[in-house]
Amino acid sequence: MSIRERLSGNEAAATAMKQINPDVVAAFPITPSTEIPQYFSTFVANGAVDTEFVAVESEHSAMSACIGAEAAGARAMTATSANGLSLMWEMIYIASSLRLPIVLSLVNRAVSGPLNIHNDHSDAMGVRDSGWLMLFSENNQEAYDNLLMAHKIAENKEVLLPLMVCQDGFITSHSIENIMLEEDSEVKNFVGKYEPEHYLLNKKEPISVGPLDLQAYLFEHKAQQAEAMKKAKDVILKVSKEFGDWTGRYYGLFEEYKLDDAELAIVCMNSTAGTTKFVVDKLRNQGIKAGLLKVRVYRPFPAEEIAKALSHVKAVAVLDKSDSLNGAGGALFTDVTSGMYVNNIHVPTINYVYGIGGRDVPALQIESVYNDLSKIVETGNLGNPYRYLGLKTKEVM
Amino acid sequence: MDNLIEIRWHGRGGQGAKTASLLLADAAFNTGKYIQGFPEYGPERMGAPITAYNRISDTPITVHSNIYEPDYVVVVDDSLLESVNVTAGLKSEGAIVINTTKSPEYLKSVLKDYTGSIYTIDARKISIEAMGKYFPNTPMLAAIVKVSKIMSDEAFLKDMEGSFKHKFAKKPDVIEGNMKALELALNQIQKIN
Repeated sequence: MSIRERLSGNEAAATAMKQINPDVVAAFPITPSTEIPQYFSTFVANGAVDTEFVAVESEHSAMSACIGAEAAGARAMTATSANGLSLMWEMIYIASSLRLPIVLSLVNRAVSGPLNIHNDHSDAMGVRDSGWLMLFSENNQEAYDNLLMAHKIAENKEVLLPLMVCQDGFITSHSIENIMLEEDSEVKNFVGKYEPEHYLLNKKEPISVGPLDLQAYLFEHKAQQAEAMKKAKDVILKVSKEFGDWTGRYYGLFEEYKLDDAELAIVCMNSTAGTTKFVVDKLRNQGIKAGLLKVRVYRPFPAEEIAKALSHVKAVAVLDKSDSLNGAGGALFTDVTSGMYVNNIHVPTINYVYGIGGRDVPALQIESVYNDLSKIVETGNLGNPYRYLGLKTKEVM
Repeated sequence: MDNLIEIRWHGRGGQGAKTASLLLADAAFNTGKYIQGFPEYGPERMGAPITAYNRISDTPITVHSNIYEPDYVVVVDDSLLESVNVTAGLKSEGAIVINTTKSPEYLKSVLKDYTGSIYTIDARKISIEAMGKYFPNTPMLAAIVKVSKIMSDEAFLKDMEGSFKHKFAKKPDVIEGNMKALELALNQIQKIN
């Protein structure tokens, strides 16, 4: 039986970690994810988990400790945000290339500078090519659910890649909302026991982890990582189906909200998707065929599936909560449009960079995007494909 | 989001406006509602103006943004009235609840164009009488429950007693004072406009 509760996004993530009861958690606090290791250390102190909690002196060490633990054969987790993830950068690549299925709870926040502690996706986008699986969460429920599914996906022998579960800093991490929790024993049952095939503490099979890998084989090892990333799609769908059969909450690679017969579509991730649903409903009541595609699985990127799901609409806006500062478009926009091009789907598509550094994203802002899309359909004129949403333009131009 | 109620709290850092918004979310949650309770984080420090929000609904809430057209506004510190536009976007059929001892004439003049209901309560007096210290958030919580009619006085008091027993498990001596503050607030709130 699911349990009706109310928790913040950080409480939801910490609760998932408690129920998973990993062997090792190594973490260093950073706003807005600080509460996750804080709550978790309470669970350790109270004996609610039997995890080895390693209070490290930096995020670089947090990821290093997780790598050491996971290589030894343990299940390891951590949590961080923004500059904490930046400090992990070197070890983030080591974790994925050593094929260690570490799970990280990433509470998205702007990477400095100038210094800003509020939400955007620049931290996640900075590691999008690091070989980690990346799941995004609209709210506390999805942050919890994605974490419960994380180990089953990451530890699958076809995958063996680390996984990060993203949620929006403050917007969901610090907002108390309704949530359905699952029973401890059922979570334990679903997540299962971690049984690595190769690990350092296996005295029957002495191995070396992370040795020198030069011209002769690094390419092949990178290709193996890439192939594992491709295979992860099916594993995510399989685990999500099992999760749905258990909890009644079904997830795909992305969520289509009133997209079937939509003419105007927004593509976005995390909490903005919820606000967009509200706007879609409002516009539908006015007879406007608005729809939403919410990306849940960002790595691996479901390029073909997304392109197909958007093939019937008349205009698309992709919202990026991070600017790639490349003069051409944000990361999600680039991924979506390249997926369309390769799959020979040509729908007029524009990009908005929005919500940077915690800039609030009211429903009216989202509505203005659908209005812009309407105009593009009416006039056939795409205009500038790379735009800002919610920017105080006169202070820039 | 059926029967959606949106509330905005204005206070100063350290007065407990955020805690009050979370307690209100808790109380509404316990009546079976869908809730949101969240502060707008800035550079928090004691005494700085802060804003917190509540959404309360009969159906799931998907919007994740600040509240621009609240049904109700709660002002925990009346010194904010002259520096913050507390009635911005406040619906005219809604209400504002202010912790103040200032005159109705002053309040009407400082709220300028606002034409909706104004409620006042002396949370300082109540808090000191009931708890011996100034914690304005407990009386203000009762005041907004009364004005917004989110639940009956009885259901609210019963629920809060349970919450306080949980929250103050290690200092049970403060439960009685907090309960008294709630009761006094429910009775002493005044409508001046």
